[in-house]
Amino acid sequence: MNTTSTDLAIDAQGLTKRFGDTQALAGIDLSARRGTVLGVLGPNGAGKTTAVRILATLLRPDSGTARIHGFDVQKQATQVRQNIGLTGQYASVDEDLTGMENLILIGQLLNLRTSAARTRANELLSWFDLTAAAGRPAKTYSGGMRRRLDLAASLVGRPSVIFLDEPTTGLDPSKREEMWDVVRSLVDDGSTVLLTTQYLDEAEALADDISVIDHGRVIASGTPDELKRVVGGQTLLVRPTDLDNVPQVTEILARIAGEQPASTRTGVLQVGVKDDAAMHTLVTELALARISVTELSLRLPSLDEVFFALTGKPTGSADITEGDAA
Amino acid sequence: MTTIIEKSGKPTATTPRSTSVAADQVRFPTLHHIFALTKRGLLKTMRTPEALIDVTIQPIIFLLLFTYLFGGAMMGSTADYLQFLLPGIYVQSILFSAVAIGVNLNQDVTKGVTDRFRSLPISRSAPLIGAVTSDVLRYLVLSASLLITGFIMGFRVETSIWAMFGAVALAIGFSLCLCWVSVFVGMLARSPGAVQGILFLAIFPLTFGSNVFVQTDTMPGWLQAFVKVNPATSLADATRGLLSGGPVASPLLYCLLWMAGLLAVFFPLAVRAYRRRV
Ligand SMILES: Nc1ncnc2c1ncn2[C@@H]1O[C@H](COP(=O)(O)OP(=O)(O)O)[C@@H](O)[C@H]1O
Ligand SMILES: [Mg+2]
Repeated sequence: MNTTSTDLAIDAQGLTKRFGDTQALAGIDLSARRGTVLGVLGPNGAGKTTAVRILATLLRPDSGTARIHGFDVQKQATQVRQNIGLTGQYASVDEDLTGMENLILIGQLLNLRTSAARTRANELLSWFDLTAAAGRPAKTYSGGMRRRLDLAASLVGRPSVIFLDEPTTGLDPSKREEMWDVVRSLVDDGSTVLLTTQYLDEAEALADDISVIDHGRVIASGTPDELKRVVGGQTLLVRPTDLDNVPQVTEILARIAGEQPASTRTGVLQVGVKDDAAMHTLVTELALARISVTELSLRLPSLDEVFFALTGKPTGSADITEGDAA
Repeated sequence: MTTIIEKSGKPTATTPRSTSVAADQVRFPTLHHIFALTKRGLLKTMRTPEALIDVTIQPIIFLLLFTYLFGGAMMGSTADYLQFLLPGIYVQSILFSAVAIGVNLNQDVTKGVTDRFRSLPISRSAPLIGAVTSDVLRYLVLSASLLITGFIMGFRVETSIWAMFGAVALAIGFSLCLCWVSVFVGMLARSPGAVQGILFLAIFPLTFGSNVFVQTDTMPGWLQAFVKVNPATSLADATRGLLSGGPVASPLLYCLLWMAGLLAVFFPLAVRAYRRRV
């Protein structure tokens, strides 16, 4: 990538942080181009929250530097804070205040006049479907509502860089999809989003670039597709309409891939290939042989497979310790 | 697979980038922040029944209970005892109410509200100043509700209205010095419950080992020794002097010395602890 530093909304180099005996970050680099989503993917205890807290000026790194839109998080914290919105892993709204009061307070702290803060609060409450609950103390909210309010609170100032620390952990699937839509529309508006997650499908669905971290280190980074390529080639998958054609298709696939295809389900043949040119060859050969197919795809490995290949451990099994003292 | 969902005409979070942002902005940001945070403190007090009771009903109940329960036994007449007791209850309430600020600040840290504030471009001390300011307003409410109840029960200010305001000013001044102990503990302790526990451990002996309820000369000698150096005693004496007449200068001086001492020791400690945790 030939990006100059000014294209980078987030640019962190060599961040380290130690808590007592725990090396939470062991020197990580993270960067996100303007208007993109950076997915920081890692199991529990990998150092995601620590990294976010450093980028959001809440925590000082032991060493390393981080810049948000060119502003140093340590030396220019105020400018950084003018540009960021943070939604932490745990909701940080004031539970005694109503949803409306919470958002008005944030607006006032962002120098909005009370009337303007109220207008903005109304706008966000309606966007997050909280209008009906606007007058109730936040402690009466469900987990999902609280999280939406927390996200709304981080958007009051229209930040250009938004940190979302595990925004969907603990949400049920439909609420998860809603949160994904929110992230997409934030990016449509031109914001840069750094999103941490333990879910591979979430990173794949939302992120332009993914940094996989484990034990405070980046163990791989790139686009979702690049990452998958690191782990191995693509898989060509064919299902002939007529089962009688299976032997013939097997023969064609073996010729293209140079190895015998596996048949996973009845009639589904798959084989690893080096590049996507194989797809063209296969389509041509099938057409020549007049074989019709019901399924034909070139599949990249799933991120689960990526993680396994990178760490030697399946995701989630790595150190499941609830270590969020922060 | 990623499905791109077309957003319908919903208003979005970051657009429209307001064209009139400058016009919506305030002139004195830090004052505006402190105002907003003070208002938050007051809203929280009103939402939390315990916090509101602390400064309204509880002192009134103590006043009613002690006056009519012990008045006759203590001084032969409830009217005389009320005159003695009200300044004492005032002091007791001031001491008890000091717990709240430490508990609230600790709660902000443990519930993550502090993180939210710190991610905003505001002065780091604004939330602390807001907490102190709303505390002062709570003390004004406390003073008003206690004095008004007293007047209804027959309490009389035997000095002057100015001396009465002086007593209120002294009480609030004392709270402003004492609150740093609470802030300090609030920033060190692990949970809001621990803050409360630790502070009451200190406040109980100070309150009851004083002449807040009982005159010093009725006590055994060893207790008198403690009662006489207790700042609650000097605050109660000074308040009595200001409200009911009697010596003011000496207890007031002693009280001011205590206040200066509390401030000198605990203000720096509290600010340092706050800076480390917030
Ligand atoms: N304030 C803290 N004190 C001590 N250890 C901490 C603190 N914060 C995080 N850690 C430790 O640092 C490591 C990384 O934590 P964290 O950044 O929260 O990981 P993640 O968000 O990826 O789950 C964990 O081992 C955690 O226990
Ligand atoms: Mg975390």
